[in-house]
Amino acid sequence: MALLLGENLGKTYVTPVLRGVSFQLDQGEVLALTGENGAGKSTLTKIVAGLVHPSEGTMTLAGKPFSPASRQEAEGLGVRMVLQELGLIPTLSVAENLLMGHIPSRAGFIRRDRLNELAERQMAIIGLSGIDPRTLVGRLGVGYQQMVEIARNLVGDCRLLILDEPTATLTSHEIDRLFEQIHALKARGVGIIYISHRLDEMQQVADRVMVLRDGNHIATRPMAEVSQNDIVRLMVGHDVNQEGNAQARPATGRTALELRGLGRGKVVQDVSLSLQEGEILGMAGLVGAGRTELLRLIFGADPKDRGEVYLDGSATPARIGSPMAAVRLGLGLVPEDRKSQGLLLPLAIRINVTLSNIRAVARKGWLKGSLERLQVNRLRDLFGVKCSSIEQPVNELSGGNQQKVVFARWLHRDCKVLLLDEPTRGVDVSARADIYQQMEQLASAGKAILMVSSDLRELIQVCDRIAVMSAGRLVQVFNRGEWTQQALLEAAFSGYLAAPPVAP
Amino acid sequence: MELTTSSPTQGRLSSMRGTLGNYAGLLAALVLMVLFFGWKSQYFFTANTFLTIANDIPAVLVTAVGMTYVLIIGGIDLSVGSVMALAAACAGIAMLQWHWPLQYAVFVAMAVGMVAGFLNGAISVAWRIPSFIVTLGMLEMARGSAYIATNSRTQYIGGPVEWFSTPMLFGLCPAFLIAILIVVAAQLVLTRTVYGRYLIGIGTNEEAMRLAGVDTRPLKISVFAVLGLLAGLAGMMQCSRLEAADPNAGIGAELVVIAAVVIGGTSLMGGRGSVINTFFGVLIISVLEAGLAQIGASEPTKRIITGAVIIVAVILDMYRERRTRRRE
Repeated sequence: MALLLGENLGKTYVTPVLRGVSFQLDQGEVLALTGENGAGKSTLTKIVAGLVHPSEGTMTLAGKPFSPASRQEAEGLGVRMVLQELGLIPTLSVAENLLMGHIPSRAGFIRRDRLNELAERQMAIIGLSGIDPRTLVGRLGVGYQQMVEIARNLVGDCRLLILDEPTATLTSHEIDRLFEQIHALKARGVGIIYISHRLDEMQQVADRVMVLRDGNHIATRPMAEVSQNDIVRLMVGHDVNQEGNAQARPATGRTALELRGLGRGKVVQDVSLSLQEGEILGMAGLVGAGRTELLRLIFGADPKDRGEVYLDGSATPARIGSPMAAVRLGLGLVPEDRKSQGLLLPLAIRINVTLSNIRAVARKGWLKGSLERLQVNRLRDLFGVKCSSIEQPVNELSGGNQQKVVFARWLHRDCKVLLLDEPTRGVDVSARADIYQQMEQLASAGKAILMVSSDLRELIQVCDRIAVMSAGRLVQVFNRGEWTQQALLEAAFSGYLAAPPVAP
Repeated sequence: MELTTSSPTQGRLSSMRGTLGNYAGLLAALVLMVLFFGWKSQYFFTANTFLTIANDIPAVLVTAVGMTYVLIIGGIDLSVGSVMALAAACAGIAMLQWHWPLQYAVFVAMAVGMVAGFLNGAISVAWRIPSFIVTLGMLEMARGSAYIATNSRTQYIGGPVEWFSTPMLFGLCPAFLIAILIVVAAQLVLTRTVYGRYLIGIGTNEEAMRLAGVDTRPLKISVFAVLGLLAGLAGMMQCSRLEAADPNAGIGAELVVIAAVVIGGTSLMGGRGSVINTFFGVLIISVLEAGLAQIGASEPTKRIITGAVIIVAVILDMYRERRTRRRE
């Protein structure tokens, strides 16, 4: 019997992110939802959970029209979503967290016995009887915290549960426990939407799999009838523009950056890679594959456990123990989150641009205002930063113009190797084109660029080579002309397949 | 918001107008207060009143300059009052027991203050402890050390230490003139040097500074050391007025200093502040103090009013800040 019917659901922000998606979830069914980064998985589930309002389409919950105006309303109707970020309060006990909002009390005083009794009953429902409800949540491992989070969402009447990448932080033992709980919930008739990109897990736990691509519903198939390769193929589809930018830059043959066995914990596992002057090397992979972490290791923002970084073809490893050393040696990083890591938001464009090379606009520690304005104005014009003046605070600029300011900073520094982390995220189309053009020019001027992006089309368009990371490893490096979107995506998923990863 | 390009001069003009706007509010408040007290008390408009205020503020002013830097990087220093007393006590020992002249004793005071400040900064940076906690500990330690250094008794020094507070130019004492020089120098350093730029950056977003390749740790430590040094100098100025090293000197001074800096519009969250405005903040507090005394307000009343002024000043500053942001 259909628990939830979604018909023709769509969501448009500036551009459509979800288009005419129809689907059905039955009682006691686990529906796996998968797709590339940005395929629309989160948007779709947030619509169901009442966190996002659809621009079009309708939903029906157990035969009645369902259009939740808020998360609270959806929860009142038994539709719950376990978000990736845990919403638990670590300094309170398991029982208090479970019953937050309806803690039993008498004259304002908490009735501890009743509280713990209710909590125990609650946990027994999902077979979680091993935990003392008096334990502080902060003392529990991440896996158990996740269980408590799920149990919390089962307080009251829960008919539909959405799990968003629930296994991302779990160990294999904890994953087994989670799957036991999921089976118990199924038996109770709860419908589950399970977002994941781990194909092997989906095969273990899901009844059907639903694939989204670019906001479109591509297919929904019974899990038993599809192989992992079929799913990847559905996710990738066929794209006409597989070739990208045809003008290849001549290889200079001079190595600008070389990594040998660079690693940190399990996040980045022994990556070896070399980058030439004048080359744009793309870095593809799924979210959490270790790409951002790799850039931070190279830049000295996180300490490395093992491996070395070599610069300028030198035979001796570069000593990069901190971002300061990295910058001194000619590296520049455009971080993933420009607002919290890249920019001094309330301060002027001028101040942000000269930050990394402030000595160039100072004499003996004293700033030369006219020199600084001259240099910043020149860079402003070069990048086409749209602003009222270079004195404008960067928090008043659009995302694209903010990103240009970060780029301008590294051009002002004249660094040799540029590490870009999702440089066009949240950047509008015209600013993107400007940024690509700048990257081309920087590469032509002999800079080496290592660019992490989750947008495969972008990588295909601007890169000379594309390296693919999966589950912390560098699995494959493609030269221009060798790649197809499908091959890239298969490589990106390879580390998460049941089979051993493809050798690099 | 219009997205047009403009010439750099326009930018400079608008930033100059902004700067004037920053001072105007505090200056207006100050003038209003002076007019009010002048109207209420016939004795207020006399050279004597203003000279008394001028000769009264140097210790607080000098410390407030350093505190402005510390607040700008998002820190706080609660130990300055105790450090003032400790520095003066050490200088007192140098003068009384070793018979050092004043000019050497001043260096002792500044060195002691700088060491205390350096410890504040270094401990807070090395173990990533909020400076609030570290300096709270230092407040107790420095006070205790001051008691030990003075044998818990006020050590009378007298004549040799009077130079700082002896009128020199138009009835102004050297301490005041030194304090003004420090205000001007500190404002220039804050607005015109790489160091000042870095401090504002650290207070705005330390992680972004780190990823831009700036080593923020020595900068942060240095700011605490500078404040310590200035507190040491302030301790000497206070000692000169008392003609004695008093182990109880400067109790509660940290709160007066922080209040003055905050009235001047420096953000406790860091990233924003001006030494000139701190100067106005100090003036507002002392004019208020002197004026209320002259119109015969009792000590409790004075404290209630001063407290209210601090809160109102911060609320007004918040509105001003919001208005400028909307205008942009």
